[in-house]
Amino acid sequence: MSTITATGSGLRRVFHQRRLVAGMIITALVVALAIVGPWIAPYGEHEIVGKPFTHSGSFLGSDYLGQDVLSRVLAGGRSILVISVLATALGMVGGILIGLLAAYVGGWFDEVLMRLNDVALAFPQILLALLVLSAVEQPKWWMIVLLVGASHAPRVARLARGVALGLVSRDFVASAEALGESKLRIVLAEVLPNMSAPLLAEAGLRLTYSIGMVAALGFLGFSTDPGGADWGLMINENRLGLLVLPWGVLAPVIVIGVFTIGTNLIADGITQLAEKGAES
Amino acid sequence: MTSERPNADIARLPQPTGEDAQSRGDEAGKTRNVGGNGGAACTVEDLRVGLSGRDIDVVDDIDLLLEPGEVVGLVGESGSGKTTVGTALLGYARVGALIEHGRVLLGERDVLSLDVKDVRQMRGEEIAYVPQDPASALNPSIRVGPQLVELLELRDIGTAEERDERARAELAEVGLPNDDEFLRRYPHQLSGGQVQRVALAMAFLPRPKVLVLDEPTTGLDVTTQGMVLDTMGQLCRSHRVAALYVTHDLAVIANIADRVAVMYAGRIIELGPRDQIFDQPAHPYTRALLDAIPHLKQARALSGIPGRTPAPGRRPTGCRFHDRCAYAQDRCAETEPEPYDVGPDHVARCLRVDEIGSWDINLGTVPDSDPDKARDLILSVRDLDVFYGRKQVVHDVNFDLARSECVALVGESGSGKTTISRCVGGLHRGWTGTITFEGRDLANGARRRTNEDRKRIQYIFQNPYLSLNPRMTIEQIVKRPMKLFGIAKGKAATDRVVELLEQVALGPAVLKLQTNRLSGGERQRVAIARALAAEPDILVCDEITSALDVSVQGSIVSLLEDLRKSRGISMLFVTHNLALVRSIAARVEILKAGRLVEHGSVVDVMDSPTEDYTRQLLENSPSIA
Repeated sequence: MSTITATGSGLRRVFHQRRLVAGMIITALVVALAIVGPWIAPYGEHEIVGKPFTHSGSFLGSDYLGQDVLSRVLAGGRSILVISVLATALGMVGGILIGLLAAYVGGWFDEVLMRLNDVALAFPQILLALLVLSAVEQPKWWMIVLLVGASHAPRVARLARGVALGLVSRDFVASAEALGESKLRIVLAEVLPNMSAPLLAEAGLRLTYSIGMVAALGFLGFSTDPGGADWGLMINENRLGLLVLPWGVLAPVIVIGVFTIGTNLIADGITQLAEKGAES
Repeated sequence: MTSERPNADIARLPQPTGEDAQSRGDEAGKTRNVGGNGGAACTVEDLRVGLSGRDIDVVDDIDLLLEPGEVVGLVGESGSGKTTVGTALLGYARVGALIEHGRVLLGERDVLSLDVKDVRQMRGEEIAYVPQDPASALNPSIRVGPQLVELLELRDIGTAEERDERARAELAEVGLPNDDEFLRRYPHQLSGGQVQRVALAMAFLPRPKVLVLDEPTTGLDVTTQGMVLDTMGQLCRSHRVAALYVTHDLAVIANIADRVAVMYAGRIIELGPRDQIFDQPAHPYTRALLDAIPHLKQARALSGIPGRTPAPGRRPTGCRFHDRCAYAQDRCAETEPEPYDVGPDHVARCLRVDEIGSWDINLGTVPDSDPDKARDLILSVRDLDVFYGRKQVVHDVNFDLARSECVALVGESGSGKTTISRCVGGLHRGWTGTITFEGRDLANGARRRTNEDRKRIQYIFQNPYLSLNPRMTIEQIVKRPMKLFGIAKGKAATDRVVELLEQVALGPAVLKLQTNRLSGGERQRVAIARALAAEPDILVCDEITSALDVSVQGSIVSLLEDLRKSRGISMLFVTHNLALVRSIAARVEILKAGRLVEHGSVVDVMDSPTEDYTRQLLENSPSIA
């Protein structure tokens, strides 16, 4: 049997790695665009290049204030990417901790923790974010990270608990218990490493949602720098000109879309690579 | 076709023994001529199943003949291709595999050359299949009644009343109740044996000519297994159904088959009448398999087969067994052996079949362990009651374990044998009573015991696929207990790991591998090495060979036996296999529904059981002797 899987996965490995490589290339391109964008932009972030929604400026035309769309797309990536990645990381770590603890400790602790988690799940994420953000005068970047991260954690926790439940009842955990390993070590060294594949896939999905939520908050006007270039904010600002000159909306939408495709390809690729590793 | 008929009938008659066994041409001709036999229910000719897109065979050169009313046992270890042959009879190959050539004749028709529609028609009606795990083959959301007649309904056979009548008659035949209440049950409301008999009834209902059974009793208790096998045998004989019984269990085959085909690495390497195969096996592989099997009547020194079964694509040239064969010569690696006649209706694929001499089953026999040997007690279990929540599952169990002794806990599923072993191992906390280890009482859970107690009692799990962390390397796994118990560190620990791996016959090559690169038997050896790393005095072994092939079981058992003798380790050996108990244990504790019903030395209990339950277990245990 081992030969079947070994040679079979040999073929699949190429295919899967292609997916992984494609994802990495796409992601790297978008990240590079966001990082070096401000320096290669033909115009300044706030520079007026002509009348609103006309073909003035560079080839994507001008936005609702007459600023250059291309330059603003190039300039507006950094904050959204940094905030999304941080929020995702926060949500993942928090969720994994909750889920792992609930699964490993079990009993009433699990019950209480997960029912509280259900309450958090039932609360609309965007509403919570709006509530908090409208209470403060000027939203700080870390607030958005915190809010978006917090909205992910309950969902990640559910998944992490589900995966961990299947693992904590395995004999290798019982074996570690019988040897008298410390509980922390059992959770971190025995259980957690076996959860990486589903968690990585989840992380890819969460990053997508993060970007969507950060962009949505930007669209609703809750961005750290109201006048500054921001992909989410741009969609809001230029939506009135969608029929006249769609690039003001389409360009940031396309970049966000391509980025999420890239990160999801990576997550998928890693998952499949891990599965294949487990098989062969 | 018709012109070959007389010839074919002759082929079924006993062959003259004086015939030159080296006559390869004749032999090949013989198997070919069998084709087109009007009398046979099913004839397989020159079947080859390969991996699609590559020139790698899964099974090759399969010739087989099934007579009406005959049970043919197809036996082989995992990876031998036995299930592939079984499903190929229904014109099916699993995804990734392809039936490359060959014929499967049902009467005059070749199953393999029928189109999809005709094959579907034929499946179930003329050739039926009973799967290994009926619990997953029956649809859990369909009641037994409708499920039984599903095929008849699909094919529009009879009226609803007639179908119902037939279903009830069939249930009676397999020994199940056939009232409305039973027909309204869902599969999960049946016991394992009942589910398997429902599956049998389903297969027999359309009156097929040929039946393929794929390990249908694996996972059943011996008593249930005995009943299912009896039912199957009776049905086959009374309805003149030809059955191909696919299994890894030689002991079961010895009890039910008329003829036996032994498979190894995709080939049938020996084929003959049952008695011939078990009394005068000709092929070295068959002999090695038989040497690995424990007997009920007598203790045996079990031996494994070195190496591992080669997977498709890694099979050696020439005789596929030559790299593991004790009799192999250079030519075995070059020439692929054809089937040679070794007796009436008995062929073996071995070049040296005439040279390797005869074989005696009794060579492996060793004296039973001495029942009167003085015992130096190390562990005592007194008044043990075990609970899961509020439910009591073990009642008032008492037994002892002496130094360098192996005590077997035997019982059917649900008897509490594993539960008791988990209490001793510190894995289950819900018990009362005392477990005394060297004069001091053991605490309920491993965490409450002292480091010393944890170190000296080591537990080995049933399933090596679950008991080793797939993310760790073998070195990390085996080293961990040494670090925890402060036995060795750094370089010294690595040296110890290598030493231990050599003791369990693995060698240092596996150090950096993860467990997914190892076979089941190799994983279990790693688990044993991990237990030994703690330098224990007691090994608690929970069905540690039940997930393994017999040849692997043989080598694991001989390894444990060595450890017991050389290091004086005591063993608590949990098993459902009484034959294995005879070969490995000195004392046996028979459990039934959480209570100890009989105990004593293995010889006394197995030769002169006093309890009905023990007798019943012994009678139902399949054994080749």
